[in-house]
Amino acid sequence: MRVVVVGAGIVGASCALAAARAGCEVVVLDRGQVGAGTTSRGEGNVLVSDKEPGPELDLALVSRTVWGRWAEELGADALEFEPKGGVVVATAAEALTPLGELVAGQEAAGVVAHAAGPDDLRGLEPHLAPDLPGGYHYPQDAQVQPVLAAATILAAAVRLGARHRPATEVVGARRSTDGALQAVLCADGSEVAADAVVNAAGTWGGQVGERLGAPVPVLPRKGYVLVTQPVPALVHHKVYSADYVANVAASTEGLETSCVVESTRGGTILIGASRERVGFDPAMEPSTVALLAAQAVRLFPVLERVQLMRVYRGFRPYCPDHLPVVGPDPRVPGVLHACGHEGAGVGLAPATGELVAAHLTGADPVATLGIDPRPFLPDRLLTGAGDATRTEDLT
Amino acid sequence: MRPETLRDGTVDVAVVGAGPAGLAAAAVALLGGLTVALVDAGQELGGQFWRRPPEGSAVDPGDDLHHDLATYRSLAGTVRSAARDGRCRLLPGHHVWTAVAPPATAPGERPQGPLPLHLLDRSSGPGRERTLRLDARHVVLATGAYDRPLPFPGWDLPGVYTAGGLQALLKGGGVRAGSRVVVGGTGPFLLPVATGLAARGASVVVCEANDPRRWACGAGAALGLPGKLVEGAGYAAALVRHRVPVLLRHAVTAAHGTDRVEAVTISRLDASGGIVPGSDRRVEADAVGTGWGFVPQLDLAVTLGADLVASWDGNRVVRVDEWQRTSVPGLSAAGEVCGVGGAQLAVREGQLAAEGVLRDLGRPSVTGERGLARVRGAVARHRRFAAAMAHAHPVPEGWTAWVDDATTVCRCEEVCAGQVRRAVADGAVGVRQVKQLTRAGMGWCQGRMCAPAVAGLAGPGEGEVAERLVATPVPLGALARGNGSPPHTLSRPAPEEKV
Repeated sequence: MRVVVVGAGIVGASCALAAARAGCEVVVLDRGQVGAGTTSRGEGNVLVSDKEPGPELDLALVSRTVWGRWAEELGADALEFEPKGGVVVATAAEALTPLGELVAGQEAAGVVAHAAGPDDLRGLEPHLAPDLPGGYHYPQDAQVQPVLAAATILAAAVRLGARHRPATEVVGARRSTDGALQAVLCADGSEVAADAVVNAAGTWGGQVGERLGAPVPVLPRKGYVLVTQPVPALVHHKVYSADYVANVAASTEGLETSCVVESTRGGTILIGASRERVGFDPAMEPSTVALLAAQAVRLFPVLERVQLMRVYRGFRPYCPDHLPVVGPDPRVPGVLHACGHEGAGVGLAPATGELVAAHLTGADPVATLGIDPRPFLPDRLLTGAGDATRTEDLT
Repeated sequence: MRPETLRDGTVDVAVVGAGPAGLAAAAVALLGGLTVALVDAGQELGGQFWRRPPEGSAVDPGDDLHHDLATYRSLAGTVRSAARDGRCRLLPGHHVWTAVAPPATAPGERPQGPLPLHLLDRSSGPGRERTLRLDARHVVLATGAYDRPLPFPGWDLPGVYTAGGLQALLKGGGVRAGSRVVVGGTGPFLLPVATGLAARGASVVVCEANDPRRWACGAGAALGLPGKLVEGAGYAAALVRHRVPVLLRHAVTAAHGTDRVEAVTISRLDASGGIVPGSDRRVEADAVGTGWGFVPQLDLAVTLGADLVASWDGNRVVRVDEWQRTSVPGLSAAGEVCGVGGAQLAVREGQLAAEGVLRDLGRPSVTGERGLARVRGAVARHRRFAAAMAHAHPVPEGWTAWVDDATTVCRCEEVCAGQVRRAVADGAVGVRQVKQLTRAGMGWCQGRMCAPAVAGLAGPGEGEVAERLVATPVPLGALARGNGSPPHTLSRPAPEEKV
């Protein structure tokens, strides 16, 4: 089977490797370079701790297993894979109970979490603020360097015969009179013969879907990562806080997570928002940067004198129901989607690739991967108006 | 028109940068009756060009290091006097760390409300920084340019500076960086650095990578600017007087030493900038300065979304109209950010920028119609001269051959040329991708030092200018302290804040 993967980000690279291993002839097209889109704009989170029980957590758990396997096969250094674990702390005592309830649900789904009292927290993270009442240690949380990982995974696919054509923009598809996909059309006038095309264009998945005749509602949402000057190892895990928020006016009540604080191999500290649905202001507002800085300093007072060096922003691709869209489009034969992973694309990429490969080859993902594919199918987004809405213009 | 005093937090014009362009813009805006805030990261007025020791310092480096001091004194005098009257807010030791253009209601429309600049006040010293917001109806960016260094083996030894660094030590504190100094690179800026050091007793050698015969092409442009010829003749005479050899088509291709620089290798260059085999010779030196032209400081312009354009020297610069207005409503730019052309051009662009603001506000011109015509004529001549200079002093194409694989390219992240070359061989395209795969440019300086070098080693690629949303490092604590309550806005001028 000839498969074109559109997008050379972490998801496209993972689809390419999984499809090549499943015996497909793969061509990866991207209008830019490897990992130049949203892949290059995040921290490289491979998290299970920040997900509530449900389909996304199930996908994340499978993905975490595959990340571990790929690290063995491709080399942990080539991915900068670091199974450093996560620490979620409550900043106030009243947050401990709802956090415990969340953990119970996660454990039932297969997450490993250990309760950590104030002394345990100090053992895990000596520089944490001394007044924190407790939290949980999640040993499965991990990190990769996302651009490096995408490049390494794509190179592994190429070794299996996949072809990679950077700087090649997809503009459409050619079909036979009976509607069967024949080729993907590129902006330079060339064509790539294909039996299937995988839309792994991330934030731009809506537009690519439209060009392939299969629009899906993937929308961009701006997010930030703050990067500090390099410092000696101060932070050892991915650390974030869970605060219990009771907002009577909005009648919402629940846990809100704040910034994730972690260090990188280069010695810098990254401060990012752990859950975008918390809804940080979407503009580059210095007040947002100040809020993230304040949260980071609240967790690690030692960061007070550490200098912010850079802020980068990216566009997270999200679907209206905040689940990725993975699977064949019911309207257009030969088109599969693998996009809309919001802030979790790096963590979910390997399982997404395996799931796409299962769809391509007709394997049963429940049997082979232990993933129920149904919650991710595009069909759920195409009800109502009977067609996907047009995506917003990114500019 | 009766001048207003600063009554609330919003000023008519915020000028970022107190060098020649910024000083001129501030002075003309003040003469036109506007309220002005003048922000500069340094402690003194004048920027790099008119850099001086701190007020009250016993050091007097000497007026021979400066040009147009009369212009400086006149502009600074206007600004200081307005500061005493409460119409100008001087903010030395303040750095604009970021700025956000409010969304325009329609394309090209002036956005509602003032442009907020986010300042970091460093004037109280480390650990006591605070963040502030300055609201301005108009902003003039005059953030200048910095040296373009290129790496060579040993360039990270102590004692190796940029040419501008040598000059700053002299101007700022009368410090002579060494007694045997080699100044290398290309461009007319090397000459004042060399003569300044030689006049203070240093033995100096200049390596100019290009050939002066290229000047012939630009002579026509120089004829329009007799002052430039006099300036050039002055340097030539000083070089002869101090017996400073100027080696043409030569470059510093290596620095040697254990704890600090002890000697350099000087090589003759062929037409494409490659080293002529067998031409290397070793010259003892205790200080080295290299300069390969200047890179405009575009961080704020890019963050604010101003359109850029290619300049005469190949740099990307801010695109401005005949009143120095950028593509962002309410934002003007003047000086080196619009094209590297020296202080005299910068002063005139600053003048035009302020005149443009006066015009937009319906105020009468300070310079007058005939004066403006003269300014425009001078701007055109200086731009032609700058283009001719740029044409005569390109960075030699072959420079990357001087850089062996072990040479550190990115000093902050300790990435060597070999790593960059490997990344390119593995398919990385452009500075951004090389950075993501090697960490070159991710460190403290955010690529300000190494991006030109990485671009050279990476070969042709995306020519985009890096977006740096944070224009200067900010302590997290300063940000955190400013959180929760509205940022302190600047209100009435405090008399104790004097430059």
